[in-house]
Amino acid sequence: MDVHKRFASGAFALDGLSLSVAPGEVLVLLGTSGSGKTTALKTLNRLVRPERGTVSVLGRDVESWDPIALRRSIGYVIQEVGLLPHLTIAENVEMVPRLLGWEAPRRAARARELLALAGLDADRFAPLRPRQLSGGERQRVGLARALAADPPLLLMDEPFGALDPLTRRRLQDEFRDLQRRLGKTVVLVTHDVPEALRLGDRVAVMAAGRVVQAGTPSEIRDQPRPGFVQEFVAAALP
Amino acid sequence: MLSFLAERRAELGLLTAQHVVLVLLSTALAVVLGVPLGILMTRRRGLARPLLALAGVLQTIPSLALFGFLIPLPVVGGIGARIAVIALVLYALLPILRNTYTGILQVDPAVVEAATGLGMTDSQRLRIVELPLALPVILAGVRIAAVVSVGTATIAAAVGAGGLGTYVFRGLATVDTRLILAGAVPAALLALAFDGLLARVERSPRPGRAAGVLAVLALVTLMAAGLARPARSGQRVVVVGSKNFTEQVVLGEMLAALLEDRGLAVDRRLNLGGTQLCHEAVRAGQIDVYVEYTGTALTDILKRPAGGDRAAVLREIREAYAPLGLRVGEPLGFNNTFALVVRPDTSRRLGLIRISDVARHADTLRVGLFGEFLERADGLPGLMKAYGFRLAVPPTEMDLGLLYQALLADRVDVVVGSATDGLIAANGLVVLEDDRHYFPPYDAVPVMHAGHLDAHPGLEAAVSALAGRVDEDAMRRLNYAVDSQHRAPAAVAREFLRSAGLLAR
Repeated sequence: MDVHKRFASGAFALDGLSLSVAPGEVLVLLGTSGSGKTTALKTLNRLVRPERGTVSVLGRDVESWDPIALRRSIGYVIQEVGLLPHLTIAENVEMVPRLLGWEAPRRAARARELLALAGLDADRFAPLRPRQLSGGERQRVGLARALAADPPLLLMDEPFGALDPLTRRRLQDEFRDLQRRLGKTVVLVTHDVPEALRLGDRVAVMAAGRVVQAGTPSEIRDQPRPGFVQEFVAAALP
Repeated sequence: MLSFLAERRAELGLLTAQHVVLVLLSTALAVVLGVPLGILMTRRRGLARPLLALAGVLQTIPSLALFGFLIPLPVVGGIGARIAVIALVLYALLPILRNTYTGILQVDPAVVEAATGLGMTDSQRLRIVELPLALPVILAGVRIAAVVSVGTATIAAAVGAGGLGTYVFRGLATVDTRLILAGAVPAALLALAFDGLLARVERSPRPGRAAGVLAVLALVTLMAAGLARPARSGQRVVVVGSKNFTEQVVLGEMLAALLEDRGLAVDRRLNLGGTQLCHEAVRAGQIDVYVEYTGTALTDILKRPAGGDRAAVLREIREAYAPLGLRVGEPLGFNNTFALVVRPDTSRRLGLIRISDVARHADTLRVGLFGEFLERADGLPGLMKAYGFRLAVPPTEMDLGLLYQALLADRVDVVVGSATDGLIAANGLVVLEDDRHYFPPYDAVPVMHAGHLDAHPGLEAAVSALAGRVDEDAMRRLNYAVDSQHRAPAAVAREFLRSAGLLAR
């Protein structure tokens, strides 16, 4: 992608951002709040449309996609609020297959499979509602839902935020194993430096709507660009 | 009170059922209309402000004024349940519209964005996410609308649509508190019942399902009510109307009894909310006959200046009514003119016999009257001008039902009533003679929808049987029996017809 996006105020949310992600790769957008990382993520499923520039997904300009079809071919994981509060866990996980018009038995089987994949007991969790789950369990459900229609691309917005450190660490490990096993392409947004370095194949550090440094985790850790990146990384790592 | 209710059990049940049907039907229609409009407003925000303002304005229109606007309209107008339902729907619209709109807008924007991000179309997002999450708020709006409708549905009686308001209006017309309570208390209980039921739906763990169950129940009730309505097949029914005061109800019952005695089926639409309503209804053929007063027809309906003797006024009305499709029958025999009434002792002490005698005591007399008489073309200002006096003490306005109590309690010296008020005869009160013929004649005459006379052979003959048979004195006695002895208008009417030898059976 190579985009500009202005806020209504006129300030740039994204300013000449240029990034690409290879199939099967995990790209992490790392930055403080307000750096434009979530806005950049949302250009990929057209929740945000840049004023200039192009965004391509699966080899096609998103503007040439039907936005509904585009979103249904992308798994989307959002922190906390992402689950629909009035629906059961099973109904949440089955949502995209339902929108795609799958038959009910096939949807139910898929939901069970994915809940198990996400480490949840399907019998126990399927009939519950999101508020009856812990934060970690909700994040697992969010991941299961994003994978339901087997999309080649996953967008994850702070998927492990708001979790206690132990749960977060366990979920991060499980996610990395799962990602390697399934070979999904992932774009993940976080403000957490250790998380970015642990999960990313490549990490793009963002500030003020721009990428200030992109590289492998070891490049970011060992050769941070002087200035913002160096400070940001030094502050987060002991 | 209990025996009073026991006597009316069947009627009370029917009126309550009518009331429930009115509320269910109008609330259901308001939902069908208001929820989609509310949704539209969330999609076209520019519409929200004008639509909410419009619904708000509709709510502030007094019900009788709203009927005034609606009755003359072509397709929707007239009298009966239809127009009552239209008015109730207009009143119920605001809470449903507003709660649908705000209910959808208060759904967490993050949840809405998540739904969009999953790939929902606008209508899927509405159906799967926004409406379910807004449902409790929407249901709260429906609850307000239903409860308010229970209260406002009492006005349905003013347009002949039945319901518990029938008792309230009849009670107001005949100054019978028990009747007013017999309508008002069940209406209040109904409101509480609707409120409780809808509150339970709102708070149920599955409000969607509960609302669905309720909607089905409402639909079944409405269908049952539709089936229970008497089939309109075969012989057409003669519809008898009346205005909303005692004398009119008694006359309506008289006409109905006469028609039934001659084997015609009768539908009573008594206690309709006023002169204009009766006139529009008979013109539209929604009622076939009611009793009007010549002076009222001349000044109030035809808007012509008062004047002329009884025969001339009657002739003028007949000529003016014919092109409207109305037939004016023979006068019943009494003139219900305005009457200045004094106590006998006052009459003797001050020598008050004629209205012109009032001039001599205009600086001391205390006059009680009902507000309308201050405004009417044939009211007080014209009266004082015609007789050349000015009252030193400003007249006291009071309710029609209270005038005579004030007179008998010596709070006022003169009241402006009607010549046929029952309390005149009962208390030996003196009616001052209109010696300068200020008031036009108010002869009671049956007015019929001419186009229906062929369909009801015998209608005109039955009505004309009353011609000249009811004089002022008789009418006063009948009014007294209802107003002061609290007897049922139907029984009083039937008794009179029988004693006059007008009933064959």
